[in-house]
Amino acid sequence: MKLTLKIWRQENNKAKGEIKTYPIDGIEGDMSFLEMLDVLNEQLINQGDNPVVFDHDCREGICGSCSLQINGEPHGPDRLVTTCQLHMRKFSDGDTIVIEPFRAKAFPVVKDLMIDRSAFDRIQHAGGYISVNTSGNTIDANAIPVNKEDADNSFAAATCIGCGACVAACKNASAMLFTSAKVSQYALLPQGQVEATQRVLSMVEQMDKEGFGNCTNTGACEVECPKGISLENIARMNREYLSASLKG
Amino acid sequence: MGIISSSIARKVAMALSGLFLVFFLGQHLVINTTAVLSPDTFNSWSHFMGNNGLVQGLLQPILIFGVVFHFVMGFVLELKNRSSRAVKYASYKGATNASWASRNMIISGLVILSFLGLHFYDFWIPEMIHKYVESHPEDPTRYYTETVHKFENPVRVGLYVVSFGLLAMHLWHGFASSFQSVGFNNKYSVALTRFAKAYAILIPVGFIFIAIYLHLNQLPPSSH
Repeated sequence: MKLTLKIWRQENNKAKGEIKTYPIDGIEGDMSFLEMLDVLNEQLINQGDNPVVFDHDCREGICGSCSLQINGEPHGPDRLVTTCQLHMRKFSDGDTIVIEPFRAKAFPVVKDLMIDRSAFDRIQHAGGYISVNTSGNTIDANAIPVNKEDADNSFAAATCIGCGACVAACKNASAMLFTSAKVSQYALLPQGQVEATQRVLSMVEQMDKEGFGNCTNTGACEVECPKGISLENIARMNREYLSASLKG
Repeated sequence: MGIISSSIARKVAMALSGLFLVFFLGQHLVINTTAVLSPDTFNSWSHFMGNNGLVQGLLQPILIFGVVFHFVMGFVLELKNRSSRAVKYASYKGATNASWASRNMIISGLVILSFLGLHFYDFWIPEMIHKYVESHPEDPTRYYTETVHKFENPVRVGLYVVSFGLLAMHLWHGFASSFQSVGFNNKYSVALTRFAKAYAILIPVGFIFIAIYLHLNQLPPSSH
């Protein structure tokens, strides 16, 4: 397969970036998108050029590291997959593929296609946890009865891998889907109730501080999320936030 | 940061002001429909709305506040959202994951705002001049004739039709989305969304029908 790649190149956070064009040949349909970029980088290194920098780690769709905007969509044209799970068979010989970093003021570019997503970490640190005394007397979580539907919904929210596709897809660069998934996974469980009020207030405050945009319910985040995180989580977070605000 | 500047509080405020305006649109259409069904009833209801102390002194200021708040907050949020992505994508396929109506609320909103300017110029300002500047004695039978006359000009009717088309787009996303904003997303949401989408179509179509009906059923010149 012969392709033309148009890739965002940016030396560092301060430099002005630009789209550069690279022809590439010998791409097989069974290759993953990242393997295709590996081939490109070998080609660039052999030519004495700088390889394209991009985030990746597990390459099996669970770490949330890979984060590419491919032909105008986060993680490319396929649904419910991350960039590392996207196969080149989704493209045709002769295609031009535009590859950019996820764009948001809160996700500054580090270099080329690599972005700084530590804003998500700070939102998590603001309250996305349960404080448990692990002195040795902790009650086994399995001993606490949990409604099956709540357990399933909590687990579904917890499958968010924090890749940032929701922010990348949203026309407003809003982080509501991510934050709401992290709020929901605890809000639905008995263990999460003790800190529920402070959790949602702190996480939303941190989300706003980071400079993400406002949610306008376009639903683009849900469509592009590789883990299928539901918009129901945003409604739940809104309820939790309103309830917490009234409690003070 | 506080609740006033919180993104969720602002989103809820937009939803609640929007729901209030949605309710107002329904009430406005009901009154307008009488212009087609019964001119006498239209005159009677218009006289009531234009002269009742509660409507004029309390409901009208609340309505104006609702409109201004919805517009100003919408504009503030749009500016904030635009600044949240300083560097734009070279390739962005918004249509693959969200509807045109949901992605362009600011455009449909600005068209509706422009329409409101025309609507105030057509009805509200002449009414204020009639009542408070020229101080004409109240005539409860004048409303129908004045309204029909307004729709004589086909350009005005065309502007109204286009504006109501954009209103339908605005309501198509805004009405259903407001329930999500206030946290209502459960087993009843599918039915509620269907109702909201039907409302988003029927209300503007109703206004369009009345505008065209009045244009086609002009009164004889002697009655102007």
